[in-house]
Amino acid sequence: MTPLRRLLVASVACAALTATAAQAQRGADGQLNIIYWQAPSTMNPFLSGGTKEVEASSMVLEPLASYDNDGNIVPRLAVQLPTVENRGVSPDLKTITWDLKPGIKWSDGTDFTAEDAVFTWKYCTAPDGGCAQASYFEGVANMEAVDALTLKITFDEPKPFPYTALVGAESPIIQKKQFENCMGAKAPECTAQNFNPIGTGPFVVKEFRANDVITLEANPNYREADKPRFQTVLFKGGGDAASAARSVLETGEFDYAWNLQIEPEVLTRMEAAGKGKVVSAFATSVERILMNFTNPDPALGPDDRSVYKADGSNPHPILNDVRVRKALSMAIDRPLLTEIGYGRTGRPVCNVLPGPEQYASTANDGCLVQDIEGAKKLLDEAGWVPGADGVRVKDGRRLSLLYQTSTNSVRQSFQSLIKQWWAELGVETELRNISASVFFGGDPASPDTFQKFYSDVEMYTNNFSGVDPEAYMAQWRCDDIPGPSTQWQGSNINRYCNPEYDALTVQMSKTADLNERAELAKKMNDVLMQDYVLLPLIYRSGTSAHSNTLGGVRMNDWDSELWNIADWHRVK
Amino acid sequence: MARYALRRLLIAIPTLLAISFIIFALLDLAPSDPTANLPLTIPPEVREKIRLSLGMGEPFVVRYFKWLEQFMVNEPLNVLEQWTGWTIGDSENRLRVLSWATRSPVVDLIVERLPQTLWVVGMSYVIAVVIAVPIGVISAYRQYSLFDQIGTFISMLGFSIPTFFTGLLLIVIFSVWLGWLPSIYDTTHVVRDWDSFVFQVKQMIMPTMVLALANASQISRFMRASMLDNLTQDYVRTARAKGLRERVVVLTHVLRNSLIPVVTVIALGVPTIFGGAIITEQIFRVNGIGQLLIIGIEGADIPLVQTLTFIFAILIVLFNLIADLIYGMLDPRIRYD
Repeated sequence: MTPLRRLLVASVACAALTATAAQAQRGADGQLNIIYWQAPSTMNPFLSGGTKEVEASSMVLEPLASYDNDGNIVPRLAVQLPTVENRGVSPDLKTITWDLKPGIKWSDGTDFTAEDAVFTWKYCTAPDGGCAQASYFEGVANMEAVDALTLKITFDEPKPFPYTALVGAESPIIQKKQFENCMGAKAPECTAQNFNPIGTGPFVVKEFRANDVITLEANPNYREADKPRFQTVLFKGGGDAASAARSVLETGEFDYAWNLQIEPEVLTRMEAAGKGKVVSAFATSVERILMNFTNPDPALGPDDRSVYKADGSNPHPILNDVRVRKALSMAIDRPLLTEIGYGRTGRPVCNVLPGPEQYASTANDGCLVQDIEGAKKLLDEAGWVPGADGVRVKDGRRLSLLYQTSTNSVRQSFQSLIKQWWAELGVETELRNISASVFFGGDPASPDTFQKFYSDVEMYTNNFSGVDPEAYMAQWRCDDIPGPSTQWQGSNINRYCNPEYDALTVQMSKTADLNERAELAKKMNDVLMQDYVLLPLIYRSGTSAHSNTLGGVRMNDWDSELWNIADWHRVK
Repeated sequence: MARYALRRLLIAIPTLLAISFIIFALLDLAPSDPTANLPLTIPPEVREKIRLSLGMGEPFVVRYFKWLEQFMVNEPLNVLEQWTGWTIGDSENRLRVLSWATRSPVVDLIVERLPQTLWVVGMSYVIAVVIAVPIGVISAYRQYSLFDQIGTFISMLGFSIPTFFTGLLLIVIFSVWLGWLPSIYDTTHVVRDWDSFVFQVKQMIMPTMVLALANASQISRFMRASMLDNLTQDYVRTARAKGLRERVVVLTHVLRNSLIPVVTVIALGVPTIFGGAIITEQIFRVNGIGQLLIIGIEGADIPLVQTLTFIFAILIVLFNLIADLIYGMLDPRIRYD
């Protein structure tokens, strides 16, 4: 490029920049129409915990820091991310000090201070409040406002990963003045506050109609003078995923549609209309099959059925053998499942911890190839020989499994495919599906919950919020096994107990260095995978669609999808 | 007649109390959990606290009587206060029936949704009746004529094709292909001038027509059958022999007598207007009462479902009574005193 040319290009670029700067003005782009086919029921994420409420409120309420679309923590109301290096985190890892950005105002014009952050902690931890995000404040011994712009959080124990409280869309900061009289048992009575929270975010609620529609307008006190670019937002809820996709991709009535879990070919066909595009982002969701390590025999009494006994007296009669578990995994064609159920919105996966990238192991990728013959050989080795009707038998017991999951068309087609592959091995499978509200419900009296696990294998998706896998990987600890003594509460649904694994989780809770933590997390993942405790199937993405006239969308599955809505704008 | 109506109303009270108990008990015994739809990342201890904060820890009887008091005493007092502006007792701290999902008063949610339900579902019912009665009359009077054949054909279509299919079909034709009508109902739309009225009509056409087709086919079949029964009666021959004009014979004598069974069908259909049209509302996102009910059921929002179901029960009892009273007006032989 000659100097003259370079100059010319530079001046053209400058002209282009000033042109956009002149246009960029708060509210210049009119109305933004968003459709969530599950309608939000409240704007207070502390009272709901559902994804739809968290995302809707993320337009109004903000945390100290968010996760960007690559899973990095980015400061939002804080000046910077506190670390040990910049002395924001104390060397003993027991305190973290956040410096807040000066000059931030609530949408009612009052100043945002560290007192509001302290109040949010008190609000969520108040007894009888039933705060849905209480786990974010676990381990917080105290929060204090050192001054108006400095927030100091003290933990009970050293916290290697201190970015939990008030980080991410699930634990944003609410205004003290507004919610002061709504603590604890009074929280649900504050309908006006819960529906119209005052926030620091780019938008303000104008009218909230529960489970139907929210109208919002640009926050006049938003800290960036030229944002948000949209003057109003219409946030419509209701209906189903397919028609939400249609309203963006085919009729163009809406600009953004959320959570489009629909058949891949339907989505592709709609996209072909050329009005918008489908975007997806991967974080930590994995569809998996869990193996039951205890005996779920219906003949056993309530104190024995699917109950873990520390002396090892109640093992699963079939799945206790790792060779059987491995054979079941080898028979599954994960790429085919992905193609049928998810298309572009899923990937075949061999890890229970698929992300963030530095935490993802590569040691187990062999599972991507189906190996029916190898699986048969393993079962032969394990002593299971084909019987007269093709079903394998050992010591008079048939290799027969009960396979349960929630009612959902993709899950049912997975069930029938997997049943077929297992049948090729000589495994008989009985299928069962249970309404999601019962299956995922915590009713200890119901025999059909996933926690009770009254079947041999079960399938569902799990994930973790944020980017730190410590709590997620600690799910498989021996002391977290659900049973009658804990009212069937506990996260170790598999009833897996391995002292070596427990030791790794303890080690992780004491390690602060992020690289070492990543190594430990990978190691734990590999233990679970190589012991075939659970069979990961699909790495699931968050999938949404936006119109071609909507710019600035950076699809994010680590945080709210609307995390950068202040930057969204109309493309002309 | 007034004494009869009063007696029926009094009998309705124990009936409704029994219904309220059955509804409450059934929903309470059904396995469901309001925290079931929350992400799995929310730990079980937190879920337990949420359930306790919703009052699920209390015994069944306590919750039933609390709900009964809130619904039968507190809510009517509230409505009264709102209408009259009076303050009765300690209205600040009076407990209202709160929805578990939204944590807001159930009655407010219902009131918020009534307009769109009444507009769309109510309008479709009115249209259905207006279309169906003449079609039924003409079809019966000219039995097996071309008009009757076409009417029969269309009502068979309306009967047999479910609304979720006709609804989708209309959306694909009028919203996707032609782009004439919106596929999503805007509940925030306010009619201010001619243009906004046109928009309101546009967004109501598809859901209203889908429902009207289904309702009209049913009512027109009843009307036709009932007319056919009456047209062959002796009193019709007598009327004709008296030299009455055909118009008078059909419209005054036959129609009036044929309306009796049809009135039952129409009157008992009215409560379903308030119940909304679950599927149609869902397809067009009218987000009325029907959609509120289905969301409540999916999210195990028990207080919401209990209250809505009970309101439907009240309406059904009420319209049964109204249908009985209308018989008395149509047929002088029926006397209630």
